[in-house]
Amino acid sequence: MGRYMERAENLARILDVNETFARDEQGANDWLPILKLHRDEEAFFERHKEATSENVVRFYILDSENPNSIIYSVKAARENARSIRHLISLETWAQLNVYCNWVSSLTARNLRLSELSRLCGRIKEGVQLHSGIVAGTLYRDQVWSFYRLGVFTELADQITRLVDIKYHALLPSWQDVGSPVDIAQWNALLRSVSAYHGYRRVFPARMTPTTVAGFILLSPRFPRSLTHCVTNIEKTLDELLTNEDLANITFPRDSLETLKELTGRSPDDVVRGGLHEYLDEVQVALLALGAQMAATFFYAD
Amino acid sequence: MTTRFKGLFANYDRAGFFCEMFGGDDDRAAHTDAIRDRMRNMKVSTLQRRTQSSDRELYNLGITFTVYSDRDAIDRVLPFDVIPRVLSREDWSHIERGCIQRVAALNRFLHDVYHEQHILNDGTVPAELVLRNSNFRPEMKGIDLPHGTYVSICGIDLVRDGQGVFRVLEDNARTPSGVSYVVENRHLMMRAFPDLTGNVGLRQVSSYGMHLQAALAEIAPPSATDPNVVLMSPGVFNSAYFEHVFLAREMGVPLVEGRDLVVEDDCVFMKTTGGLRRVDVVYRRVDDAFLDPEQFNPKSMLGVRGLFRAYRAGNVSLANAVGTGVADDKAVYAYMPRIVRYYLDEEPILQNVDTHLCREREGLAYTLAHLDELVVKPVGESGGYGIVVGPKSTRAELDECRARIEEDPANYISQPVIDLSVCPTLIDGAIEPRHVDLRPYIVTGKESWVLPGGLTRVALRKGSLVVNSSQGGGTKDTWVLE
Repeated sequence: MGRYMERAENLARILDVNETFARDEQGANDWLPILKLHRDEEAFFERHKEATSENVVRFYILDSENPNSIIYSVKAARENARSIRHLISLETWAQLNVYCNWVSSLTARNLRLSELSRLCGRIKEGVQLHSGIVAGTLYRDQVWSFYRLGVFTELADQITRLVDIKYHALLPSWQDVGSPVDIAQWNALLRSVSAYHGYRRVFPARMTPTTVAGFILLSPRFPRSLTHCVTNIEKTLDELLTNEDLANITFPRDSLETLKELTGRSPDDVVRGGLHEYLDEVQVALLALGAQMAATFFYAD
Repeated sequence: MTTRFKGLFANYDRAGFFCEMFGGDDDRAAHTDAIRDRMRNMKVSTLQRRTQSSDRELYNLGITFTVYSDRDAIDRVLPFDVIPRVLSREDWSHIERGCIQRVAALNRFLHDVYHEQHILNDGTVPAELVLRNSNFRPEMKGIDLPHGTYVSICGIDLVRDGQGVFRVLEDNARTPSGVSYVVENRHLMMRAFPDLTGNVGLRQVSSYGMHLQAALAEIAPPSATDPNVVLMSPGVFNSAYFEHVFLAREMGVPLVEGRDLVVEDDCVFMKTTGGLRRVDVVYRRVDDAFLDPEQFNPKSMLGVRGLFRAYRAGNVSLANAVGTGVADDKAVYAYMPRIVRYYLDEEPILQNVDTHLCREREGLAYTLAHLDELVVKPVGESGGYGIVVGPKSTRAELDECRARIEEDPANYISQPVIDLSVCPTLIDGAIEPRHVDLRPYIVTGKESWVLPGGLTRVALRKGSLVVNSSQGGGTKDTWVLE
């Protein structure tokens, strides 16, 4: 449930930030990286001829056949919630139910570009309300721990994808530090993940690819950063494993250690070694960690 | 007659039927005076507005049942009528005693047919009616259950006739559903009508989960200290899934599906993140046939392999027990007054509706001769399917019905048309009489407890006597006064 909701929020963030990009002169090409990011080119071009903003936005918001769409994620979150409805609070269920009904009622009219930013805002808000209700009402037992593990794993996954897409988009200008276009785009990226303010407090005067990517990925104080996610995953796992019901469980820590090593690097090291390669390594370790958690807690004999 | 109705009810006409709010010809239902007084000054538009917000709330809270079409799962809200059905203390006390008596007789009957079979051997109930019944489970023979409780959760459908007398229409001894609506309807009414529900001496229904949990703990195998009760659901695709969630939450017990349970050494365990945990009582909302692929339907994906072995070994209790369907059969129903007298040596407190068994010669002859006056029901169906209401049927429908009965008489019973009581109901901006029934819920562990109230179902179509949700029925909040 948590994972799917975070996915919906991140999709809304990505669409929102990309819409901001598209407003620049660069044109329709800008929507391609989103499709690449989710490895959706094939599925998309089966249905659409051109990656126009209308088509891509519709594909990611309303297309319930697309497993990477907002409507798909929200419906999946609701179906997940339905199956654990006896464990979550009534408020959690009611809000998710209303939210899902609202998302299902959206039509092409709601997707007009002039409205897109506001719409993405509302989609985000719905997820944030959900997180707030869960945090405020969920009984603190294993369910809470697993909820948090799901959320942080998803956030970590999404933030690496998001930085990766910008890396692709900005590749030509990577060295072109300080040009107005470059700054505008890094700016938009920071804003899309609600990192702008935090970043400015740490770096009042500078904006370079390394500091921005470094902040978004590695700042321990930025709540969506990879570092913050990995720290919380570890904390949550440790808490979970001290639970007396789970005394007999052993959890292999190798993927977690890999992630800790990766998030322990400095931004300069990361960029020097190749940002894209770094993000790939993170993705591989995250996948392995997810598989280990599933095998340990849910499919054990 | 209408002159004594004022305000909200000014144009209400009970059309000669016994009315739950206004009584009958010789009974003015004095117990509803206070409630009528309060409602009299409400406007129809107020009721409509509150109905709308109640419907929205039900939908938002997901208090829905699911209807499946080819492509989509559609969540439907069971229509809820905001005008309550009110029962007096005296009427309730009668119903309560009658239901407890009936459940006691059902349990004694089930114990007997799965042990010595006295009642069959001495011919009080025809043996083939039980032994050839598709719901009779020979596997249950000789199994002793704690407290002899076969039916832990029973729903007894009552109707009220033209004289205001409550009669039993049918017993539901397998998995009666609907109790979640009783509790949720009440919560909805408390929120939507604080001006109506306050200080009228309304008996509470929210303790159902606690009573149910306690009763289920009582039927646990005697060796279990601090019994672990679970609720077993067929899963999220079941149309009553909401109720399963509701009951698990209200009882504070785990909600499981068959795949979450496993049987080892004839003991039942639940898979948890920390390993296996012993289970002592399963409140199963899964039919007998799907319970255990080893014992029953081998194709069942919902069941637990070996569950019946564990049950037979006395290591787990099931609620309701396996094989209770033989007691709520419509043909066995006709013998219930005799069954009550046989085991309890008491007169039945609640009467049956007169029932003609087409399996018997006189019953068949009478049914065929009076087809246009009778209600004909197939024995094995539920949900209101296959019922033919004589006075409302065309010639062709009656002929078809006659042919079906003649082909397989034992599969049919007939009953006179009961003038079901009515209750004022909000229909398209007017208050009109609509027919209602009542399903009290009886929870039995060591002893029986009856939830004060029960589910009032209302036939929303004008003149209709069929209250089932699958056939255009809705519900009302049922009030029992202190």
